[in-house]
Amino acid sequence: MKIHRPRPRTWFWIIALAILAAAAPGTLPAQNVNASQIPLDHLIQPQALHRALQAGSRPLILQVGSRMLFDEAHIPGAEYAGPASQPDGLAALRRRVASLPRNHPIVLYCGCCPWQHCPNIAPAWLLLRKLGFTRVQALYLAHNFGADWVSQGYGSERSQ
Amino acid sequence: MTMSFALRVLRPLAVSCILVPLLLGTLRAQDERSLLNHPAPGFSLVDLHGARIDLAKDRGKVVLLNFWATWCAPCRVEMPQFVQWQQHYAAQGFQIIGVSIDDSSAPVGPFVQKMRLNYPVLMGTENLSGLYGGVYGVPVTFLIDRRGILRARFDGGSDTAQIHAELLRLLAAH
Repeated sequence: MKIHRPRPRTWFWIIALAILAAAAPGTLPAQNVNASQIPLDHLIQPQALHRALQAGSRPLILQVGSRMLFDEAHIPGAEYAGPASQPDGLAALRRRVASLPRNHPIVLYCGCCPWQHCPNIAPAWLLLRKLGFTRVQALYLAHNFGADWVSQGYGSERSQ
Repeated sequence: MTMSFALRVLRPLAVSCILVPLLLGTLRAQDERSLLNHPAPGFSLVDLHGARIDLAKDRGKVVLLNFWATWCAPCRVEMPQFVQWQQHYAAQGFQIIGVSIDDSSAPVGPFVQKMRLNYPVLMGTENLSGLYGGVYGVPVTFLIDRRGILRARFDGGSDTAQIHAELLRLLAAH
């Protein structure tokens, strides 16, 4: 019986495709992504979000970081989804968006620490992209939620 | 008549709706700044080992109050420096108090051991953060002088050289 082994050229394509697949945003493991990998056109600046909210825009706003930080202050109307750097947090985020149409506008934010060090925002963004959401924006908080949102006077509320 | 009455009532209401949130935002932003050069808000909480930490008992010392979390990368970067300062300046009257804002204390104990923190660590409360003008991200570090006056606040991944310079200035003042 003759066994067909892939030729070297075929191996090349298999390996190349595997590398490409691993590099695609939807397939990167959550631990390996960081905030700086979120494309610029998927970010929204605090001032722009503030203006949009003032103008009556009502995206679903999800905080994907620390519960204590959320309880202390969050964007009015925002919901707590859980820390996306943890499996439980990602599961909670997945449950929250499960029934939403894939074109529902969603704004994700964390602001626990400086943007490039935030462990939560990129895994959350990645999950929603992977789930097929087409209108996901990540709120760009360069320093933290306090400095870039609260101190700018954009308005916040405490949990009840 | 009805129209002019409605305008008379609704106009101030509309103006208030715009001005009040703006004013509240401004007041909130000023909160943290207005605490500086005033007595540091007192607290008495139990640390991870069950010891009571009362800020008032550290009067006469320079206190560095550091809000952090186990998942915060810039916090981890600062810590070896803090450990060194605690060791080096303790005899001159220096005390660090760490406040973890982790949602659960479970990862905090092992983390403290791993980082070999040589100062007490408390679990933060919303109330404590509020007393200090709001801690809406970490790390946040405060310096309190020997008279118990809050002298500095450092937000985000600060340059520890800046904290160190201020710390030395406060240690030198008697």
